[in-house]
Amino acid sequence: MATVAAAQANGRTWRRFTPAQRLSRFVVHLAIVAAVVLSIRTIEVIPEFLADAPEQVADLFARMWPVDFAHYPTGVHDALIETIHIATLGTLLSILLAVPIGVLAARNLVPVAGVNLLAKLVLVSSRSVNSLVWALLFVGIFGPGALAGTLAIAFRSIGFVGKLFGEALEEAPSGPIEALSAAGAPWMSRMTFGYWPQVKPAFWSIALFRWDINVRESAVLGLVGGGGIGMALDSALNLFQWNRVAVILIAILVVVILAEIAVTQVRRRIL
Amino acid sequence: MTERAAASSLPASEAFRRDVWPRVAAIALLAYVIYACSRLDVSLERVESGLANASHFFARLFPPNFQRRDLLVKGLLESLEIAVLASTLGIVLSLPVGLCAARNLMPPWVTWPARAVIVMARSFHPVIVAIVFVKAVGFGALAGVLALTVASIGFIGKLFTEAIEEISLKQVEAVRSTGASFLSVLTYGVLPQVFSRFIGFATYQLDSNLRNSTMVGIVGAGGIGGTLFAAFQRFDYDFVCAILIAIITLIMIGEVLATAVRAIFIENATLVDLVRRGGTMRRVRHAEDA
Repeated sequence: MATVAAAQANGRTWRRFTPAQRLSRFVVHLAIVAAVVLSIRTIEVIPEFLADAPEQVADLFARMWPVDFAHYPTGVHDALIETIHIATLGTLLSILLAVPIGVLAARNLVPVAGVNLLAKLVLVSSRSVNSLVWALLFVGIFGPGALAGTLAIAFRSIGFVGKLFGEALEEAPSGPIEALSAAGAPWMSRMTFGYWPQVKPAFWSIALFRWDINVRESAVLGLVGGGGIGMALDSALNLFQWNRVAVILIAILVVVILAEIAVTQVRRRIL
Repeated sequence: MTERAAASSLPASEAFRRDVWPRVAAIALLAYVIYACSRLDVSLERVESGLANASHFFARLFPPNFQRRDLLVKGLLESLEIAVLASTLGIVLSLPVGLCAARNLMPPWVTWPARAVIVMARSFHPVIVAIVFVKAVGFGALAGVLALTVASIGFIGKLFTEAIEEISLKQVEAVRSTGASFLSVLTYGVLPQVFSRFIGFATYQLDSNLRNSTMVGIVGAGGIGGTLFAAFQRFDYDFVCAILIAIITLIMIGEVLATAVRAIFIENATLVDLVRRGGTMRRVRHAEDA
């Protein structure tokens, strides 16, 4: 306190931020506090439900035990494999669709502002729709099943892959590309020998990362009819077969962890 | 092609060997795609019959029906509340968890349990976690809040741990050498180094929670998702379309706000700067983009 007083006596006060910056920060803090307070006051919590939560949790675990591992070979394994296929095929399809859009979105590759904007709009709309909503739409079109799930995963991933790939292209240093154009290289050669080697690590890392996310996401698509292990989970839930739910949850956990280990290993090898 | 493969089996130059693997991988990939498509019952006929169906489906989707506005607004507000509370709780809880999981600050007997918590929280999709919480605390928004809190702990916790593990230990040692307590070391040595990245994770998670809070309703955990799924199952496609438009608008507003918060805290921008920059606001890069 004494030092502040001394500084003020000196006629100068050192502050880290300008008044406008402080005001902006204050507005954000205020908005956060207001949002939290309003949410707590208006959110609907049913006290009776909350009161018997411990009882319900105990009941949940009692019903889950013993875990019905015998159900795995007959009811879970095939669905689990289907989930992995959905995630992989969906990721491949999304890469196929997203790479051209990413190229169109990169300002240094396609110097037409209108095309860039259009491509970015496609990418934003793909990302703004949740994969479960995409799944609902495709179930409406193609009917329930793995096809709807695969397309949902692919369409949700386009935005993610396209955006990151486009940004990687934009960040590629222009030196090698200028050297190639100076030598008279056509567009295709500039792409394969100028851009591709520079964005290759980013590309693989984006693809692997998205596959990892898609393994998690494809596990829930079945809840809305998108195929895979979610269907098995949904039917076990509807029949209150909690010991089967338990085995399905364990299976999902194991697959997700294995996928993450696989991604880390592959990344270490190729990057 | 086979000639090249044969050539590579000889002790040939490196240049040839590098040429073969992409081709082998491409063939393997193609074989996999064909196999997986056959397994998933994905065929051209199904796609064709679906596309014929699509025009019918889209005709029923439009025009969107905003007549049940009360239901729509109520669901959206509940989703918003879920997202706000889950993000707040998640951020507050992920700080200690992330800190405990950092290997450069904590002994192994602390990091391992914390890491296990993070892995568990990250492994399940929020909607699956919501199923468990619906059973535990009943239908309604509370289950959604808890499910998204778990997701937030997993995501922010992991990235926060990685951020802490990458800090420079010089500053930590400097603070420690003055005889500072552990809390002071954290406040003055560790947190200033990770603060801007933490803002990035937190705003990203708010964004992500907003997206997922519109979905957890599918399993009964509150928010607009329940209304959406019910309308879908009743073939009220024009109402589905209205809900989707509302959700997308909400998410886009959320994204703009998150960008603004990042600009204010990371780039020290002011509100005036933000208004001036307007539509050309540059997104601050954060961990998820890496």
